[in-house]
Amino acid sequence: MEGLSPWVLFFAAIFTGNILLTYFLGMCSFLSVSKQLKTAFGLGLAVTFVLTITAALNWLVYWYLLDPLGLEYLRYIVFIVVIAASVQLLEMFIERYSESLYINLGIFLPLITVNCAILGVSLFMVIRKYTFIQSVAFGVGSGIGWLIAIVAMAGIRERINEKKIPAALQGPGIALIISGIMAMAFIGFSGMVQIQ
Amino acid sequence: MTVLILKTIFLITAINGVLAVLLVIAERYLANYGECKIQINDQKEIQVNGGTSLLSALSSQKIFLPSACGGRGTCAYCKCKVQNGAGPLLPTEVPFLTQTEIESQIRLSCQVKVKQDLQISIPEALFAIQKFDSEIELIQDLTYDIKLIRLKLLEPDHIQFKAGQYVQLVSQPYGKVKGSVQRAYSIASPTYETGIVDLMIRLVPEGICTTWVHEVLKEKDHVQIIGPMGDFKMHEGEGEIIMVAGGSGMAPMVSLLSDILCKSGQRKITYFFGAVTKRDLFFLDEMAEFERKIPNFTFVPALSDPQPDDGWKGTTGLITVPLANYLSSIQTDKAQGYLCGSPGMIHACISVMKEKGMPGDQIFFDPFG
Repeated sequence: MEGLSPWVLFFAAIFTGNILLTYFLGMCSFLSVSKQLKTAFGLGLAVTFVLTITAALNWLVYWYLLDPLGLEYLRYIVFIVVIAASVQLLEMFIERYSESLYINLGIFLPLITVNCAILGVSLFMVIRKYTFIQSVAFGVGSGIGWLIAIVAMAGIRERINEKKIPAALQGPGIALIISGIMAMAFIGFSGMVQIQ
Repeated sequence: MTVLILKTIFLITAINGVLAVLLVIAERYLANYGECKIQINDQKEIQVNGGTSLLSALSSQKIFLPSACGGRGTCAYCKCKVQNGAGPLLPTEVPFLTQTEIESQIRLSCQVKVKQDLQISIPEALFAIQKFDSEIELIQDLTYDIKLIRLKLLEPDHIQFKAGQYVQLVSQPYGKVKGSVQRAYSIASPTYETGIVDLMIRLVPEGICTTWVHEVLKEKDHVQIIGPMGDFKMHEGEGEIIMVAGGSGMAPMVSLLSDILCKSGQRKITYFFGAVTKRDLFFLDEMAEFERKIPNFTFVPALSDPQPDDGWKGTTGLITVPLANYLSSIQTDKAQGYLCGSPGMIHACISVMKEKGMPGDQIFFDPFG
């Protein structure tokens, strides 16, 4: 992966290897918080922010602490601790500086801690041996990819509310079908760049 | 292997330590909103530490808004008007506020966080609310599931209240219950007894506070109460007074009757008390005494399901039956109703009273939450 430009990784993480629609990570908040465009956008931004920061932090922790000490096996637990702490910090930060974001997001912030997309990105970047810059680009890209996916989903769901849906498919049923179709649409991008 | 274990311990400790320190620093600087001023009713001003809820900021300054759920945003007793500085309405408040309340800036004080200077309005009577330390002087079984507890006030050592008001009993952790809750109970003692507070507490299955009272509390234990609160009280009037209560709804009625006894008014009073069987009846001697001492007072206990061995010769049926019969026989347009009991009972009795011609604004009630 040495040769891959951070830009390529950035766009690849958004389109060809969308963390949500290709790897199906971060599904729970994707399904539960995609009913309103505004909230979805806020959560997407928070995920992007947390992803970028945790990717950078976890990269440093992994390559400067875990790898030299031969403690790679600890990466799951250490990554989760780092993620949990940064989400807490983010929560305090948002509460202090943006009331409206806090109101729309406050109750979902704890969800980010257990959002597997965030752990997923940290694990992918060490498994694929990205450099620091690549990891940050991958983190931002994945976050934006997730944001685009959930915002698109929320947009569709807001519209679909006005339509007639068979009773059996209402709610989660139709949401899963929509995400399936969205994922297929994203396959269309896969010919451009391939990251594994 | 040992090296690996040591390294693991070292690393986990180091990372967790650093993150903990970071969080503590953030808590200190990010979640610290400094000193904030709260201006109350345009006259009083208090200084509090920001970052907590308005409810707890006020109680730290010994101003107690009613609250039964302990600040979790479920009981909506702690409503107050916030003119300035509360920020936008939170999704957790919306379900408890009517459109009119939202327009007149009513908020749930347990959900509003103090982050800047605030301007609020609360009823003057709330300033009289205090927290009392007290000692249990007496615990007495009134029925198989209702206990009377008498609290001797220690600090402050006396309370001033209106008959019909309630206090909140603060439970302490016991057994598997780790937290403390506050529950409202009407005061049964007369207003002139300022050194004690009597409460009647019925055991609610699975109830956190009532189980604590019934199974944990002993005489000589120290407990805290907050009060007095509530606006259930005697109102001026000329017509007959109709009282209806069930179970521990007896409590405020006893206090009201003691007050009436002192004032020796001439209004006719009829008190309907609903119970299921004879073992649910209590305070019969006290009621007989009130009947002797208060002119024109009648106590009408009614059993809805008397057992054969109760030997019951009194009124039978749901309390609404004798109530309706009695109301048909009197002039109801000036009568006043006072009700305390379960919401179901109160609701049914209010319907009967209105049906029989009692004015709706002369019916006062205190439902158990």
